[in-house]
Amino acid sequence: MSEAKIKWISGPVLRARATGGFQMREAVQVGENRLLGEVIRAEGDEITVQVYEDTTGLKPGVAVYGSGRLLSVPLGPGLLGGIFDGLLRSLTDTGTPYVLPGLRAAPAKSFRFAPRVQPGDRLGPGAVFGSVPGGAREQSCLLPPDAQGEVIGIVEAGEYAEDAVVLRLKSPAGAERGIAMRQDWPVRAPRPVAARLPNNEPLLTGQRIIDAIFPIARGGRAAIPGGFGTGKTVLLETLAKWCNADVIVYVGCGERGNEIAGVVEEFPELEDPRTGRRLMERTVVIANTSNMPVSAREASIYTGATVAEYFRDQGLHVALMADSTSRWAEALREVSGRLGELPGEGAYPAYLSSRLAEFYERAARVRTLSGAEGSITLMGSVSPPSGDFSEPVTTHTRRYIRSYWALDVRRAQARFYPAIHPLQSYSEDVASLTGWWQAQGNAQWPEWRRRFLTLLEDQARLERMARIIGKDAMPARAQLTLLSADLVNEAFLRQSAYSETDRFCSPARQTAMMKTLARFIEAAEQALAAGATPDAIAQLPVLRRLARMGEDIPEGEPAKFRELETAIEQAFAGLEKVSSSELRVSS
Amino acid sequence: MLSRLTVEGAATRLDGPLLFLKRTVEVGLNEAVEVTGADGRARLGRVATLDEDYLVIEVLESTAGLALPDTRVRFYGRPLHFDVGPGILGRVFNGVGEVLDGGPSIAAAKSLRIEGLPLSPTARATPRDFIETGVSTIDLMNSLVRGQKLPIFSGGGLPHDRMAVQIALNARLRAAKREDFAIVFAGIGVPYDSAEYFRRTLEESGALARTALFLNLASDSSIQRLLTPRFALTAAEYLAFVEGRHVLVILTDLTNYCEALREVSSSHGEVPSRKGYPGYLYSDLATLYERAGRIRGQAGTLTQLPILTMPADDIGHPIPDLSGYITEGQIVLDRELDRRGVYPPVRVLPSLSRLMKDGTGANYTHADHPALAAQLYAAYARAAQVRILAGVVGEEGLIETDRRYLEFGRRFEQELVNQSDPRTLDESMEVAWRILRALPKGELHRLSDAQIAKHIEG
Repeated sequence: MSEAKIKWISGPVLRARATGGFQMREAVQVGENRLLGEVIRAEGDEITVQVYEDTTGLKPGVAVYGSGRLLSVPLGPGLLGGIFDGLLRSLTDTGTPYVLPGLRAAPAKSFRFAPRVQPGDRLGPGAVFGSVPGGAREQSCLLPPDAQGEVIGIVEAGEYAEDAVVLRLKSPAGAERGIAMRQDWPVRAPRPVAARLPNNEPLLTGQRIIDAIFPIARGGRAAIPGGFGTGKTVLLETLAKWCNADVIVYVGCGERGNEIAGVVEEFPELEDPRTGRRLMERTVVIANTSNMPVSAREASIYTGATVAEYFRDQGLHVALMADSTSRWAEALREVSGRLGELPGEGAYPAYLSSRLAEFYERAARVRTLSGAEGSITLMGSVSPPSGDFSEPVTTHTRRYIRSYWALDVRRAQARFYPAIHPLQSYSEDVASLTGWWQAQGNAQWPEWRRRFLTLLEDQARLERMARIIGKDAMPARAQLTLLSADLVNEAFLRQSAYSETDRFCSPARQTAMMKTLARFIEAAEQALAAGATPDAIAQLPVLRRLARMGEDIPEGEPAKFRELETAIEQAFAGLEKVSSSELRVSS
Repeated sequence: MLSRLTVEGAATRLDGPLLFLKRTVEVGLNEAVEVTGADGRARLGRVATLDEDYLVIEVLESTAGLALPDTRVRFYGRPLHFDVGPGILGRVFNGVGEVLDGGPSIAAAKSLRIEGLPLSPTARATPRDFIETGVSTIDLMNSLVRGQKLPIFSGGGLPHDRMAVQIALNARLRAAKREDFAIVFAGIGVPYDSAEYFRRTLEESGALARTALFLNLASDSSIQRLLTPRFALTAAEYLAFVEGRHVLVILTDLTNYCEALREVSSSHGEVPSRKGYPGYLYSDLATLYERAGRIRGQAGTLTQLPILTMPADDIGHPIPDLSGYITEGQIVLDRELDRRGVYPPVRVLPSLSRLMKDGTGANYTHADHPALAAQLYAAYARAAQVRILAGVVGEEGLIETDRRYLEFGRRFEQELVNQSDPRTLDESMEVAWRILRALPKGELHRLSDAQIAKHIEG
């Protein structure tokens, strides 16, 4: 392997004189602590290295060791349920509460291996050659995308170390190669697929404002921009808990340590409503908190995408959460600044946009090399400075995503969560998902969705008007619109992430709620036309029951919605009686 | 071992706070040094850059009075450390951990690196349980949880010093022994009279006995301000994780810290980011704020209450903005409330405690506490909207419900936000239920029927 000696060092960047060749982006180790780093520039016999750990104590003359390969991470059956740093080194059982420089990857663990092929079988790239039973789900062992050929030997079922050779393969050219359960893959290179497929099925999140109003498809991409305190992290965590993906890859990138601690404490306790298994068993956490070295933050996003692709290639549906992509962009900016590159907009490097594009393009629904269907749905939060959505990271991100969930400060301040603003957000997946809702027995979904959004739009317009003329002076119709829009907000869009009953809402319950609300709005409009006053409608006690239906009617009790609908009919029937008797008295 | 090595006559250049030396010794990056000039005054510094021939030292105090020929540099052989021991409570230190109160120096039990070590997220325990501050708007609506970092965003001329001291005097744990609780109070770049006010009030009330006080005066070297919070947090970590206490760290004023960081960054010739602050302001602040927390299996907790003044009262300014992205909420003070004589002038709508759910409710405070706080927020937000409306169309143009909201908003500020004496949480809740009765019951969507029956109708 090549070696180099440090000649200059400042912060996490060093320059070294090399003997032997180094590749661009080659992984290196520095000093006796073997700190991890990556070659980011080569010039003559001098290389520039970005070190991913605390460089305190390094000095000129210290050795830099090449590895001969690009910065890679080990992908294997031990990932599920684990917590790793930005370079996929395990953070559990390190023997100290601190992240110390020179952290080593955990020693290989053993797993039960069941062969799925026999000697003589011919395998293509990405083919399944074995499986690892147990845990939340059976995991498949795949050939690396660059391997193929005839099986000349495979071990019997049993327990093996994840880095032990379990399969011997002879390539068409005649070369022999040993394959283990765990394989390395360079983090910056997307793993190949057979074909990309169109999105036609939603990723269900159990959150009404997302599933019913601004849905995201499996294989889709979403951005969650929001100022501080608007609930980005809580929303991402809620999605990680309740969405119907097979595997969750959660990247905490430059965010709070306590939040990761919360995930680590909470997820093993929570149950997946679909499988009944612990949520942690389907989750991989990649944590590079804000107090951990900045430079590793840049790599953590790619590490997350690579891990997600590894599970996708097994034919699984993966949800990848990145919190927050702005911290990743800042890490890019910091390293760029140290290299003396010309700053672009907001002092970010000019390649910010293309890096964002590369990252978001790793989400898709695909046919894998082995012919299975898998997907990566990517959701990234954005933390714009002073909540200004016109800054570079937000605007560039917006060009590459399909669902945009803009968080609103005013909603958050009123403790209205999720604080997704219904008029600033959008989803480009609506048309392709209409068929799915129809198949669920909700043929009216697009119509109700449009009705709710129109109401909210009208509300914004009428409230401006109310500021000029006063609510009292507004026409009865307008007053009813305000009332109905308020109800859509309170009864449907608001959903507490901490409520036992309401934190998850199934498509069936969402349909029932939409139907009940639509019924009320329709009945109220008819009553108004028949002479009822908006005040009388606003006084109906059934309104409170509607506003609290998310909290009061749990999953799996459709009878209660029918009851509520009957109550609505009765309330309006009573209203009609009152208004007609009033009519008689006055005539 | 090459520690405590002294080098003379190697200096080749002085440029602002940077001192360039010929590299005649084997030293590593970030090691601490002491630079002494002809004036005999020792200045702290650290090794910032190294190459084969030269090394650059960042001097953490004024370089005025240094001359190239007779500058002596003593190398510590390790990064800056703070010698801490059981005797630090009740003592007053300057910004770099030297005793100021004329007493003997600290008998060191441990020598800790002032930068601290990054705590692994897997070693953290989620902050739990409640610290009562005596301030209704904090205890009731933005509860402070042990292990949390909850800053106060203030403005010049607002009574944040008074609040800081009152919280230091009144803060208590509801179910722990008093001697388990300690305060670390750091004044960063504070004027002399504020520093005296802190010291005198703590001394007179007897609270100094459970406090370690660090004072970096406005007249001290601005670069030392970068060290003050680190010395204070190192002391706090010792108290929390070695002695097992619950420590509340009050840091005031973080804005002075950030100004010093900007000064140092520009003197290094770094590419500035927003408003001239360095691009790494976020990461740098995170190295301070993230030192709050709990460690699994350890009894002690470290809670931070940093105070910063928003330049021009602008919450979008990089200092409060980046802080808000790191800390677990914020308490925002308001000039208008202050003008109206409301004390403490906490503007509750933009205030937030992210960890409130982890330290309130049946297991910690009161089963109805979270719902009550949510209802107060919803109602006050509506009242604020109605107030804007009433400002245009007048109260006469409002419908009856909105008039009730207006009245609620008034009473909320006068009776709940405003307080002359500290309140217990139960007292705060009592006031809150009372003013909620001003609203029609049908409006109280965030309360369950049982809660309404018990507290509103009962």
